[in-house]
Amino acid sequence: MQILKVENVISGYGAMEVLHGISIEVEKGKIVSVIGPNGAGKTTLLNTIFGILRPRKGKILFKGEDISGFPPQRLVRMGIGYVPQQPDNIFPTLTVDENLEMGGFILNEDLRPRKEQVYELFPDIADRRRSRAGDLSGGMRQMLAIGRALMLEPELLLLDEPSTGLAPSLVDALFERIKMLNERGMSILLVEQNAYQALELSDWAYVLEGGEKKAEGAAKDLLEDKEIGRLYLGRR
Amino acid sequence: MPSLIVSGIILGSILTLGTIGLTLIWGVLDLFNCAHGDQMTIGAYIALATVALFSRMGILQGRVGPFSFSWGLLVAFIPAMVISAILAILIDQWCYKPLRERGIPMIVGFIISIGVAFLLRGMVYVIWGADYYFYSKGVRPTITGLPLGITLRTDEIFIMVVAWGLLALIYLFIMKTKMGKALRAMADNPTLAGITGIDTERMTIWVWAIAGALIAVAGILWGIEAQLRPEMGWLFLLPLFAAVILGGQGSFTGALVGSMILGIVQQVSTAWLLPTYKPAVAFMVMVLTLLLRPQGIFGRR
Amino acid sequence: MEIMGILSFLVSFAIMASIYAIFALGLNVQWGYTGLLNFGIAGFFAIGAYTSALVTTPLPTGPLADYVRQAIGLNQPFLVGVIAAAIVCGILAALIGLLTLRLRAGYLAICTIGIAESIRIFFNNEPWLANGPQGLVGLPQPLRHLVPPAYYNFLYLGIVLAFLLLIYFALERGIRSPWGRVLRAIREDEVMADADGKNIFLFKLQALVVGAMIMGVAGALYAHFTAAIQPGLFTPMFGTFIIWTMLTVGGTGNNKGAILGAFLVWALWSWSTYFILKVVPPGLETRAPFIRYILIGLVLVIVLLRRPRGIIGEERYVSKF
Repeated sequence: MQILKVENVISGYGAMEVLHGISIEVEKGKIVSVIGPNGAGKTTLLNTIFGILRPRKGKILFKGEDISGFPPQRLVRMGIGYVPQQPDNIFPTLTVDENLEMGGFILNEDLRPRKEQVYELFPDIADRRRSRAGDLSGGMRQMLAIGRALMLEPELLLLDEPSTGLAPSLVDALFERIKMLNERGMSILLVEQNAYQALELSDWAYVLEGGEKKAEGAAKDLLEDKEIGRLYLGRR
Repeated sequence: MPSLIVSGIILGSILTLGTIGLTLIWGVLDLFNCAHGDQMTIGAYIALATVALFSRMGILQGRVGPFSFSWGLLVAFIPAMVISAILAILIDQWCYKPLRERGIPMIVGFIISIGVAFLLRGMVYVIWGADYYFYSKGVRPTITGLPLGITLRTDEIFIMVVAWGLLALIYLFIMKTKMGKALRAMADNPTLAGITGIDTERMTIWVWAIAGALIAVAGILWGIEAQLRPEMGWLFLLPLFAAVILGGQGSFTGALVGSMILGIVQQVSTAWLLPTYKPAVAFMVMVLTLLLRPQGIFGRR
Repeated sequence: MEIMGILSFLVSFAIMASIYAIFALGLNVQWGYTGLLNFGIAGFFAIGAYTSALVTTPLPTGPLADYVRQAIGLNQPFLVGVIAAAIVCGILAALIGLLTLRLRAGYLAICTIGIAESIRIFFNNEPWLANGPQGLVGLPQPLRHLVPPAYYNFLYLGIVLAFLLLIYFALERGIRSPWGRVLRAIREDEVMADADGKNIFLFKLQALVVGAMIMGVAGALYAHFTAAIQPGLFTPMFGTFIIWTMLTVGGTGNNKGAILGAFLVWALWSWSTYFILKVVPPGLETRAPFIRYILIGLVLVIVLLRRPRGIIGEERYVSKF
C-alpha cells in the first residue's frame, strides 16, 4: 500500500517555479530517499507535501486521500510528521523537555509516557532534559528535532537533510535510530545531500535535479549504478 | 543621583509592561507595532473616562489609603484592560490579519501601524482635547526620610507593586502553563510552531490580548506617575522600541532587562541633559545597540 | 477682487502641494523604487529648511542680536541656500545609511523616526543654533523685487513648479537608466539582484542619499515660502506621515502618482478643516484640526489594505535589457 503518493506536482515560490512535475511514491513501512544536488528542489518537495506550499498543479495523496494544499496543522493530526532542516528545527529558548511538550501540544493527555519513549530512543538528550535546546550540540539538536516530531507518533515521517552539519560518526548513529523507527513500522521519506549514507539506509530512492526526477530505483541498485555514482555520489 | 536611579527603576518597570507586549508581537508576528504607544494612551484615557463616570455617579470617590487616587481608579483598571485588549485584537483582525492571509510582508503592517497610531491619537485629541489631565487633583503624598536622600511618592510604591505583580503573573503564565510555553515557542520560531500543530491564529489573539491589557496598565501607571496628555504614548514609543531592540527580538528576559536599562539611562541622563532630550537618549541607546550588537542582548540568531 | 482672493488661495494651495509633491518624489526614490523605509522625512524637512535659512540670512547684529541667535549666517543667495540644503541632507542620509542599511528594513525605519525626533528636540532646545523654539523669521524670498507683494506668490509658484518639473523629469530619466533598473530589482527581490553581482549596499545608499537631497530642496523651498520656520512645524504628522499617505494614495513607485497623491491629500488636509469647522459644535473648535489625524490615518490604512498600489499604481517600466 502506498502511504504517500505525489502525482505530477508543480510548485514554487512567488514567480519562481521550482518543481516541474514531480511524481514519487512511498510504500508503507519503507524508507525512501530523495537525493540530489543543492537547489534541486528537495526541500521544496517536502514543503509542498507538508502544506507549507500549495502545489500549483498535481496531487498529493496520503493513504489514498487527497491532501493537496492541506495546512500543516491538519496534516499533523492526520499522522504526518515533519522535521525541518537545521538550525531552525527546535525552539532554542525552551528546554529539551518543553520542546517535546510542544511536539505533543495538540494532545490533551499526559505527555510523560510519550516523552519517556523519545528519551529511550535518544538517551543522549535524556540527560539534558532541563537544558535550553539552543545550548545543545548539533547532533543532539537533531535528535531533539526528530523527537519532537515523534511525540505525535506519526505514520509517515518527513526528514529534511537530517545529516547536515553532523560529523560522520554522528550521522551513523542518527541513521541507526531512523532505521529503528522504521523497524517499528514508521514510513520514512528522507531528503538528503549526503547521498551515500542515505542510499545505504533506504529501500527505495529518487534522484532530483533542477526540479525534475532524473532517476529512481531500489536504493542498492542506485548505489551500484556507475552513472549515479559518478554524477551524485562523487565517485570517479 | 540615587533619586534618579530610583525614578529610572520606576520608569523601567512601567516600560516593561509595554515591551513585553511589543517583543511578543515582534517575535511572533514579525511586526514593529508603532501603534503600541498610542494604545497606551487609549488605555490611560479609558481609565480617565471611567473615573469621570464614577464621579458623575457619585460613587467610589474616596481616596485609597495613602495614595493620591480614588477607588474609582482602582476599579477603572478593569475596563481599561478589557477594552484595550479587545481593541488590540480588533485592530489585528482588521489591519494585520489580512496581510498575513495574503502573504504580504510585514513591512506594510509597519506602515499601517503608524496610520493606526495617528488614528488613535486623533480620537483622543478630538474626544478629550489637547490639555493635560490628572486622575485626581490634590495632594500627592510623599515618603521622606529615606536613605541616600531619596524621596518617594506613595503612588510610586503602588506603581511598583502593580507593575511587578503583573510581571510575576506573566512570568508564571509563560513559564508554567501550556499556553505560555506555546507563546514562547511561537516567539522563538513561528514557522516551527505552525508545523507542530499549534493554532497560530488563536495564539495570535492571545498575543494581542495580553499586549493590549499590559499596555493599558502601563498607561494608567504613567498617568498616575506623571499626567495624561494625548502625546504620552507616542513619547513612549522610542524608549519602548529602544528597549525591545536592546533586549532582543522575542525575548521576555530581554524585554525586562532592556526596559530597566533604558529607564535608568533615561532618568540618569537628566543629570546632564534637559528632560526633553529623553527620547533622543533612547534613540542613542538604540543606535549603540545596532552598532555593537544588533540582535540585542538576548536576541536569537 | 473676489477672483483675486480665490486665485490667491489656489496659488498658496498649489505651492504647498507642489512642495509636498517634491517630498513625495524624494520618498518615491527611497521607498517606491528601492524599498527603503524612511520614516524620518520630518528630519530632512527640518534640516533642509534650517540649512537654507542659516545659509541665506546674515548673522544678526546690533539690537537684533538680543532677540535672535544663530550659529551661522552666511547671507548667500537663494540658490546657494537650496543647494546647501540638498548637500547637508545628502550627508545626513549617507550617515544614516552607513549605520542602518546593512540591517533589516524595520531598523532603518525606527532609526529614521528617532533621528527626526532628535533633530526636532535639538533645534528646540539649543537656542544658539537657530533661535530655539522661536525659530527664524524674515527669511529672504528670491526675486522679491520683481513683482508687487500681492502677486509675489504667483512668482514663487513658478519657482517651485520649475524645481518640481526639473526633478520629475530627472527622475523619469533616471528610473529608465541602468541605475534605475538596479534599484527596482533591489525592491523586487534582493536575492536575485544580488546574483547580478552588483553592490547592493552602495545602490541602496545612493537611493537614500538622492531621495534625501530632493527632500532637502523641498525643505528649503518651504522655508522661503513661509519665510519663517520653527521646530514645532516639523512634527511626525506634518513632516513625515502626510507624505507617506500622499505617496501611498497616489501610487507607490510612480512619479506621476507621487505628484497626484500630494495634491489630493493636501487638498484633503487643508480643506477638511474648513468643512469640519462648519459642522463642529461651538466650543470645540480647537479640536477640529485633530480630526485630520483621524482622517489621514484612516486614508492611509484603508488605501494600504484595499488598494496598496495607490490610485495610479506602479508603472510598468519599459527597459531595454
